[in-house]
Amino acid sequence: MSEATTPALPEPRADVIHDIGYRHYDGPRLGRSYATRSLFTLSLRGSFGLGRSVKSKILPMALLAVICLPALIIVAVSVYTKLSKYPETASYPHYLSIMQFVIAVFVAAQAPVALSRDLRFMTLPLYFSRPLTSRDYVQAKFGAMASAIFVLTGLPMLIMWIGSMLASMDFGYNLEHFAYGLVAAAFYSLLYAGIGLVISSVTPRRGFGVAAIIAVLLISEAIAGIIYAVLHVHGHASGAGWALVISPSSLVATTVDWLFGLSSRGDGPHVPSDLGGFVFLAEILVIAAASFWLLVRRYRKI
Amino acid sequence: MSVIITDNLTKRFPRVTALDRLTVDVQPGVVGLVGANGAGKSTLIKILLGLAPATEGTARVLGLDVATEGGAIRERVGYMPEHDCLPPDVSATEFVVHMARMSGLPASAARERTADTLRHVGLYEERYRPIGGYSTGMKQRVKLAQALVHDPQLVLLDEPTNGLDPVGRDDMLGLIRRVHAEFGISVLVTSHLLGELERTCDHVVVIDGGRLLRSSSTADFTQVTQLLAVEVTDKQSDPTLDTDKALLEALAAAGLTAKADGGRVLLVEIKGEETYDLVRDAVADLGVGLVRMEQRRHHISEVFSYDQAEEETAHV
Repeated sequence: MSEATTPALPEPRADVIHDIGYRHYDGPRLGRSYATRSLFTLSLRGSFGLGRSVKSKILPMALLAVICLPALIIVAVSVYTKLSKYPETASYPHYLSIMQFVIAVFVAAQAPVALSRDLRFMTLPLYFSRPLTSRDYVQAKFGAMASAIFVLTGLPMLIMWIGSMLASMDFGYNLEHFAYGLVAAAFYSLLYAGIGLVISSVTPRRGFGVAAIIAVLLISEAIAGIIYAVLHVHGHASGAGWALVISPSSLVATTVDWLFGLSSRGDGPHVPSDLGGFVFLAEILVIAAASFWLLVRRYRKI
Repeated sequence: MSVIITDNLTKRFPRVTALDRLTVDVQPGVVGLVGANGAGKSTLIKILLGLAPATEGTARVLGLDVATEGGAIRERVGYMPEHDCLPPDVSATEFVVHMARMSGLPASAARERTADTLRHVGLYEERYRPIGGYSTGMKQRVKLAQALVHDPQLVLLDEPTNGLDPVGRDDMLGLIRRVHAEFGISVLVTSHLLGELERTCDHVVVIDGGRLLRSSSTADFTQVTQLLAVEVTDKQSDPTLDTDKALLEALAAAGLTAKADGGRVLLVEIKGEETYDLVRDAVADLGVGLVRMEQRRHHISEVFSYDQAEEETAHV
């Protein structure tokens, strides 16, 4: 088409790459808090495999599906049979304590992903030679892991709550229990993120991290369950509750029941007394805070 | 303006003194920091980045105090570590964009600067492939790119030629020259090979055991350390003659400074072009065969042994 006009002077061709040399950057530099936020977003997306390979999406997405599916079924059944109320033993906070193994597997699989890559490939010095401090790094990673667990635990409860409105159930009751559920989700997020990240910060090998987290979360659960049962059978019902201090999931479940006066699952585990309730609540918060502090200490010397 | 100033900088660990009252003044340009392994190079870089506190003394980078303004320094400085630091499962583009954002660049600027920087360090189509498949030379370029992506005023390069073959080494050294000459970024580059820094740097600082051994412009350095290695055969007609000793005497008579390096090699100080002729004539007069005559690629240990030898002669 340019042949038709045939200009006297050759026009500069558009398809030539000109070496314009080095250009300096004089745009904005957004500093530490922006870098921390970017790392947070990236790590949060990374916990679900977003922005990473298809292979790394499979497990977190499958777990998300597994934890949501029963909620969808409950909603479907409730809507279909026109239930006026979800069965309390399987709704909101109690739903999470039933599904707690999914949370444990998610943490075991994804907490090492958040930390071990940077340790194994020695990428940390590149972060810390930038404005970001080691504390910012820990904040971003801890925040991202806790948020990822919160998404995982919050989503099925959101589904139930929306379902409750579709089935025209009691709005106030469902909103209230949805809120209790979110508190439980927040407890799970802080506690599990703390435990998972502290363990994975110790080893650059992902496999070790996965195994260690699974061991701590599920075996502690089993041991607590056995001790509880033994004491219960031998008539130490009030003291039996103390066995739960070593099990993260029972800790959250019983503390939430106590905090909001929910009748726990019939004769199931519950806090040993009001004092026990306070101790359990304090334990959750102390473990979360202590693991953050340990992580900050761990990353200071790099 | 000085890029780096240290004053009596000392870093003591419980068992070793990594830096011992180091006082240097580094001007803009390409500056080489030479020292054997464990000489304190990496410790110095850590202190300059504000990541480790000095035990005593002060240091300023780009006019900023390392003890109190570490964050501001790290915004303006790029760092390329000695060791591997690249995740193998992401592409160079993804990785450098991420590092640009960690330096505070907005997402769009980070992508633009990444494309520019990777092109400048010589990575083209391969930048979209995972880093795991790169050669050592390409990985070194990615490491350099992440140090340059936020357009720093100074880059600290820790052993950038480590693990490279001779061609890769020359490419990297050429690139380092360009970082200053074309990009206008000052460079502090460490190495344990003095020879390669002589060709690249304007100024060389030599440290050993955390102490400053020498700080001078490359021109001064070359004068002091230009050496010619000479090796000759035994004399066939008179095998008992110590030809090395005879040659040393002949060279001394010709007005050259030479010494044996312990083996069969004689090291002759190069005074100028005529040195080569004088050596050739001395060998020819002696009637021995010349096995080799080559300019020495100085290893840092030679500079040390030279200095120690000089000190010893001074004491005697």
